[in-house]
Amino acid sequence: MAQGQADSRKRILRLKLNGRWREDAVADNFLLVEYLRDVVRLSGTKTGCDGGECGACTVLVDDRAIPSCIVLAIRCEGRSIETIEGLASQGRLDRLQRAFHDKLGTQCGFCTPGMIMAAEALLRRNPQPSDSDIRTALSGNLCRCTGYVKIIESVQAAAEMAS
Amino acid sequence: MTPATSAGIERSRRGVPLIDGVEKVTGRAAYTADLDHADALVGRIFRSPVSHGEIVRLDVANARALDGVFAVLTGEDCPHTYGVLPVAMNEYPLARDRVRYRGEPVAAVAAIDAATAQRALDLIEFEARELPAYYSSAAARAADAVLLHDNKPGNLEREVHHTFGDLTAGFARADLVREHRISCAEVNHAQIEPHAALAEYQPLTQRLTMQSVTQVAYYLHLMLAHCLDMDASRIRVIKPFVGGGFGSRVEVLNFEIITALLARAAAGKVMMQLTREENFLTHRARPQTDVRLKLGMGRDGRITACECEVTQRGGAYAGYGIVTILYAGALLQGLYDIPAIKYDGFRVYANLPPCGAMRGHGAVDTRHAFECLLDRMARELGLDPFAVRRANLLHAPTRTMNDLMVNSYGLPECLDTVERASSWRERIGKLPPGKGLGMACSHYVSGAAKPIHWTGEPHAVVNLKLDFDGGITAFTSAADIGQGSSTMVAIAVAETLDVGIDRVRVVAGDSAIAPKDNGAYSSRITFMVGNAAIDAAKNLRKILIEAAARKLEATPEDIECVGEQFRVGSGGQAVLAFADVVQAALVDVGAITVKGTFTCPSDAQGGRHRGGAVGSTMGFSYAAQVVEVSVDEATGAVTVDKVWTALDCGHAINPLAVEGQIQGSVWMGMGQALSEETRYLEGLPAHASLLEYRVPTIAESPPIEVHIVESHDPHGPFGAKEASEGALAGFAPALVNAVANAIGIDLDELPVTPDRVMAALVERRRRARLGSLRKVAS
Repeated sequence: MAQGQADSRKRILRLKLNGRWREDAVADNFLLVEYLRDVVRLSGTKTGCDGGECGACTVLVDDRAIPSCIVLAIRCEGRSIETIEGLASQGRLDRLQRAFHDKLGTQCGFCTPGMIMAAEALLRRNPQPSDSDIRTALSGNLCRCTGYVKIIESVQAAAEMAS
Repeated sequence: MTPATSAGIERSRRGVPLIDGVEKVTGRAAYTADLDHADALVGRIFRSPVSHGEIVRLDVANARALDGVFAVLTGEDCPHTYGVLPVAMNEYPLARDRVRYRGEPVAAVAAIDAATAQRALDLIEFEARELPAYYSSAAARAADAVLLHDNKPGNLEREVHHTFGDLTAGFARADLVREHRISCAEVNHAQIEPHAALAEYQPLTQRLTMQSVTQVAYYLHLMLAHCLDMDASRIRVIKPFVGGGFGSRVEVLNFEIITALLARAAAGKVMMQLTREENFLTHRARPQTDVRLKLGMGRDGRITACECEVTQRGGAYAGYGIVTILYAGALLQGLYDIPAIKYDGFRVYANLPPCGAMRGHGAVDTRHAFECLLDRMARELGLDPFAVRRANLLHAPTRTMNDLMVNSYGLPECLDTVERASSWRERIGKLPPGKGLGMACSHYVSGAAKPIHWTGEPHAVVNLKLDFDGGITAFTSAADIGQGSSTMVAIAVAETLDVGIDRVRVVAGDSAIAPKDNGAYSSRITFMVGNAAIDAAKNLRKILIEAAARKLEATPEDIECVGEQFRVGSGGQAVLAFADVVQAALVDVGAITVKGTFTCPSDAQGGRHRGGAVGSTMGFSYAAQVVEVSVDEATGAVTVDKVWTALDCGHAINPLAVEGQIQGSVWMGMGQALSEETRYLEGLPAHASLLEYRVPTIAESPPIEVHIVESHDPHGPFGAKEASEGALAGFAPALVNAVANAIGIDLDELPVTPDRVMAALVERRRRARLGSLRKVAS
């Protein structure tokens, strides 16, 4: 987990996070999820496993859905990172957030940020996904509560909403 | 916050989103790992590398001496055993003298950061004199086996022997008697949020604040006081957002007590986050179970007798085991009318992580065996699967032979609904090769009618506060773990008062603020806390109506209150708005606090036989489901094409949440049926990641069509019963029955993995070949 040791080498990492450029001193061995949670203190991105198993930590790196627990933060130099905190703007929920809320695509909520970010990546490249497109795009994101039925309904509803 | 004007009842016909849903979809919901712990020490656990042994040497001196280490604890530091059942507390937070499973906590450290904590663990020296270890019920029960616990001969934690009715006469009367053996793998909750705890000890005030992933903050509170020798009033337990439970967090878990011990020893704040691998070691899930079941049946499908033997491999410590083995027998009843039942249950100790409660606690594997055998016997007698179930229905209200109350019974309607929805009659027997339909029924309690701790208190307490702002705050310690219980409380209060749900705020899960609750287990919250919330709201309503009567110079009996408006009689001229009535009610008394309670009467608390309290409830949910499968005979892969489920939840307080709970429980049953299985190699978990432990992904999860049946239970809140567990147990047998329908093979083991299906197909081909060879030879 957190590896903020004094003896690890740090370098300045410059990246765009949720639309804003920023610079931070980041240890070479820091994972992207550790950077987000422990350095920037954005705790919406979750850790659910020991590495690349569950998808709870999914964020967007240059519009692509990536598990942030298996990417080194320093590999994201100059890239655009988007997390769940970047979706809602000016007090309005994003269409996926609205749909997941209204349709009960979330129960315990722990997988939800990763699930929504994976769905966001899908809708950006495929605004009208089929049932099987949705299943393929979200197959790396585990949910233990919903049986996925209402997650699929939520993504379909979001796709139908004018964004 | 917008003031709502619509009447509560109308609104909830569609269902309402979770009242904490916005926090969840925006990432603002703070789970335990998200709590501010920048200044906290990092807790880590040293675990036993052997499955069974006496601790010969445990040297932590080097770990203690390491710079940056603030506390190192061993079993020496806590002489108390803990456990969920007062009669079976046989586990130390950190092992003393002996270890009984690989991965059992032996020592713990709190250090300045994770790397230092890990270095400290590496410096701990541990030696054990190994003892024989047992990884199966049979090995542990062998005559010459070493005892895991000296006071438990035969390594049996509990034997149960119950007989109800005349078994001999029942079997004598039967036209067909069949017996079969079913084996179900151990499965795991695998909730997506890993275990975590944040404990802070203030040495100056000697107070402990504990935040953890618990489903029952009350049990945690009790065990912290017990294990830390602290006055319970100096402990505060807070439940943050919890990322799923499914039973894994009902029992107090070793890491929670260890974290608190570390915080006190280090005189500070300690964050403990378990890895996914450690989660699988700290699991308390559904045990590996063997069922031997014998049924007698008349030609008409009527069951005449049932004999059932259940053996559960419970793991190294007691946990919930006694209750699990009692549930497995008790819930043979309450679903069908069976005139004679004999049950023999054996809960066995083995050198594996202890099992506990998991969704459908105790009932799932027995129900699986029962529904499979029922289908096979129906087939032999030429009866339809629906017909054989209809031949054995109960008639509510009734009491079962083991004295369980059945007050409402929607099973007949559930059967009719899924038969129709799946077009069963038109399709059964007419599907193409490799496709099959199967069905099964199941039920579950709406809360255990007798609590574990016998304190004489009500089973549930809810407090409401109404203040100058017109806001109503409900206080409860009922743990919302994603099932939507806080939303249910808000609806119950809003509907009873006929106010907008936005007017109600729910504060759940802080022992310093909210009244104690027995927590999220046995699907008790809707029934018990829902009734307590209604009771509290009725008390508040009475106060408001009296205030309105004073103001309108009328008698309270004449006051009508609809949609936040108060008036005298129907068509009364003078109308008071909610704010006016609140103002009137607060005159002379200030902020109003009312309480509501709910208690299960003693006649609901089960039979007088030993263990008779387990299974007792005020109301059972009932479910029927149909599963459609495709079986690939080349690979053995089983695909679930569609599921139709009907569940009688009495009344759907929040239909949206009821649907979600039914879909989730059916799907969890699918995981157990198809792919989920824990495997140990000499006690080493071979499944301890979410890649090895095969939770179904969205890609292989079927559409699940839900039909809600409302039987209006006479005691339930608005007539409601549970909706979260009842449908789970029906999935696996419906699937196995569907596979039998598709390829003509009855499978006796769960999960139905491709290798098991292939083995059965190969065996059938081998037998067919032998058969044709014999024909040629003769």
